[in-house]
Amino acid sequence: MPPATWLPRDPRLLQIAFLSTFLMLGVGWLGFDVPPWQPPLIALTACATQWAMTRWMRTPPAGYLSPIITSLGLSLLLRTDAFWVGPFAAAVAISSKFLLRARGKHLFNPTNLGLVVAMLLTQHAWCSPSQWGHGAAQWGWFAAFGLAVAHRSFRSDVSLAFLGAWVLLKAARVFYLGAPWTSLQHQLSAGGLILFTFFMISDPKTTPDHRAGRVLFAVAVAGLAFFLLHGLWWQNALVWSLALLSPFTPLIDRLLPANRFQWPSGGASPRTDACASPSSQPA
Amino acid sequence: MRFPLLATGLMAALVNLAAPAAEAFCGFYVGKADTSLFNDASQVVLVRDGERTVVTMSNDYKGELTDFALVVPVPVVLKREQIHVGERRHIERLDAYSAPRLVEYFDRDPCAPVQMEKRMSAMGAAPGAKGGGGGSMDKSLGVTVEAQYTVGEYDILILSATESEGLETWLRESGYKIPPKASKALAPYIKQDMKFFVAKVNLKEQKATGFSYLRPLQMAYESKKFMLPIRLGMANARGPQDLVIYALTRQGRVESSNYRTVKVPSDMDVPVYVKEEFNQFYPALFSKAHEKAEKRALLTEYVWDMGWCDPCAADPLSNEELRALGVYWVNEGDGVRGAMGGVPVTLTRLHARYDGEHFPEDLVFQVTNDKQNFQARYVLRHAFKGEMKCDEGKEYLLQLDKRHRKEAETLAELTGWSLGTITKKMGADAPGKKPAKDQEGSWYQKLWK
Repeated sequence: MPPATWLPRDPRLLQIAFLSTFLMLGVGWLGFDVPPWQPPLIALTACATQWAMTRWMRTPPAGYLSPIITSLGLSLLLRTDAFWVGPFAAAVAISSKFLLRARGKHLFNPTNLGLVVAMLLTQHAWCSPSQWGHGAAQWGWFAAFGLAVAHRSFRSDVSLAFLGAWVLLKAARVFYLGAPWTSLQHQLSAGGLILFTFFMISDPKTTPDHRAGRVLFAVAVAGLAFFLLHGLWWQNALVWSLALLSPFTPLIDRLLPANRFQWPSGGASPRTDACASPSSQPA
Repeated sequence: MRFPLLATGLMAALVNLAAPAAEAFCGFYVGKADTSLFNDASQVVLVRDGERTVVTMSNDYKGELTDFALVVPVPVVLKREQIHVGERRHIERLDAYSAPRLVEYFDRDPCAPVQMEKRMSAMGAAPGAKGGGGGSMDKSLGVTVEAQYTVGEYDILILSATESEGLETWLRESGYKIPPKASKALAPYIKQDMKFFVAKVNLKEQKATGFSYLRPLQMAYESKKFMLPIRLGMANARGPQDLVIYALTRQGRVESSNYRTVKVPSDMDVPVYVKEEFNQFYPALFSKAHEKAEKRALLTEYVWDMGWCDPCAADPLSNEELRALGVYWVNEGDGVRGAMGGVPVTLTRLHARYDGEHFPEDLVFQVTNDKQNFQARYVLRHAFKGEMKCDEGKEYLLQLDKRHRKEAETLAELTGWSLGTITKKMGADAPGKKPAKDQEGSWYQKLWK
C-alpha cells in the first residue's frame, strides 16, 4: 500500500505526533506522575547531548528528530522522584548511540538503555508499566495500527513478529492455566506494550539488518521477556529482555548480512523491498 | 460454611478512634475517613523486603464460628513458625494513621496588622511514636495435606493439589461448602504450583483466647511472587468488594504492576459544611474517582515515611507495633522518632474496589524507589466573621465569594453531588449570598455563645 499522500515521508514525524499526543493525554488526563517541566528538560538534555556528541565525535549531523523521540519515550516510561534522573537517562541514551557501537551500528535502543541504566544505577528511578487506562490503551492500539496501515514506513516486521510471538505466548499461558480470556485482553491493553511494540523494539537502527534476523530477534525478545515475567517474576520484563538481547544483534548481522537501514531523510534513497519498511523509534 | 478469600465479606468494624486534634504545620486535623465507612472492606497488610513477605489478613467475620473457613493460595508450604495470629489493634492503628483526612484553617482578620503571621509556630514536629506435619495423601483426588497446625484459635491445613476438581471434592468432603464456580477459580493456582492455606476455627482454642472475635492471621514466607490472590474470592462475591492494602517496605512506594495505580484526588478546598458530612463525602469521592479510572484501578490514599505525619490523623506506629505486623528490620528502641526524622519504613495505602469483570487477574505489585509523600487531605477554610471596616475587608469579602463558588464547584466535581444541593447546604457561605446587612449586629449575637 502506498503511503498516504497526506502523511509525512519520514515516519519519525508521525512517531513524534503519536508519542506527544500520548504524553499530553497521560499528563493531562490519566494522572501520570510526571511534572510538566520534566519532558522539556529531558528533551533539552537529549538535544544538547546529540549536538555535543556530534561535534566531539565529528560525525555528520543527523538532525534532532531522533533525540526528540527518545525524549518522548523516556518521558512516557521513566518515573523518578529526583529532577536529575530524567536528564541523566537522556544523556546516557543519546551518548550510547555514539559510544556503544558495533559494526557501524549502535547497539542499544537509546530509550531502552536510558531506562535500564537509570533503574540500575540510581535509587530514584522506576517504570510504571500499567499507567494507561483501558480506554487509552485501546485508542493507542487503534492509532498505532491505523498509522501502520496508512503509512508503509510505520510498518515493521519486528513489531509484528514480536507482537505475534507475545500474544501467542500469553494466550497459551491463559489457556494452560484455565484463566478467563478477559485476563488476556487485560494484559494486552497495557499502554507500555504499545510503546514497546511500535516505538522501542521496532527501532530499525538497532535491530538486525536481515528480515529473518529481525524476526528471530523479535521472537527471542518475546520469549525471554515471557520467561523473566512469569518464570522469575521480574517486573518490566520487556525492557530488560530487549536490553539483554540487544548485544546479540551484531552476531545476527554477521550470520545474516543484509543492507543497512537509513532514515528517508538521511540522504540515502529508501529501500523498496517491503521488508525494509523503516519502522519506528530513534536513530 | 462460607468460602472467603482474603476475608471476603469481612468488614473491619473499627472503633472510630476519637483522635485528638493534633497541631500540625498543614492545619488542624479534624477528621478522618477510616475503612469503617466502606461496607465489606477487607484489609490486608503486606510487608515486603526483597523476597521476604509478611501478610496479615484482617478478620471481621460475624457469623457462626463453626461456619468460618478461609482458603488462601500461598506460594510455598508454610512451616508452623511461619504462621502467627496477630492483633487487630495494629491494623486499626494503621487504618487510623493513614486514613483520608480533613484539615481546617481560619482566615485571619483582613483589617488586622500583619504581625500575626510572625506567630506562626515553627514547623511542628509530629508527635513522636512512642507442628504437626501432614503427609497424608488422597491419591484419587490428587490432594496432599502438606502440613497441619493449630495456631491460636485456628486449625490450619496447607494443601497442595494436582487438579482443581479433586481439590474441590476434597474440600467439600471435608465439610467446606464450596461455591459452584470454585473449581474453575482454583485451577490457575494449581497450575502455578501454588499451595492452599486453609483455616478453620478451633472452637475450644477460640474460647480459651477470651476474645469475642477472630484475630488476624499472619504468614511470613519468601517468594519472588509479590501478589494478592483476589480471583478466588470472586467466586462467591455478590458485587464489587472493597479492599484496603497497607504495604510496608524499606525501599519506597508500592504500586500495582498489572493494574493502573492512581492517586485519589487530594489537597482541595471544600465548603466547611463537609466537616459534618465527611462520612458521606469521602465514600462519594472514592466512588467518583473509581469510576473515572474506568473501575480498573487501585487508588493510592496515602504514602508516607512511617516516622512522622503532617497533619497526623493518628500517631505513627511504634517500632513494636511495626514488628508485630512483620516489619522485621526495625528494632525496638531504634532511632529517634519525630521532628520529621524518617524511619526506613514507607507505608502505602492502596484502596481497590474490584469485581470479576474489571479485575480479570490477581493483583501483582512492585516496590518502586518513590519516596515522595502523599496523603488524601481535604481543606476547610473558615471565613473571618468579625467586623471589617477597612478597604481590605471589602476586597476580602469579594474574594471570599469567589472562593466559596470554587469550593462548591470542587465539591460537586469530586463527589458528583448537585451544585444546587451543595449551595443550599453551604447556608450563609453560599456563593452570591450578600453578607447580612446587619453585619454589625453579629458581634452581640456571638457575645454569649
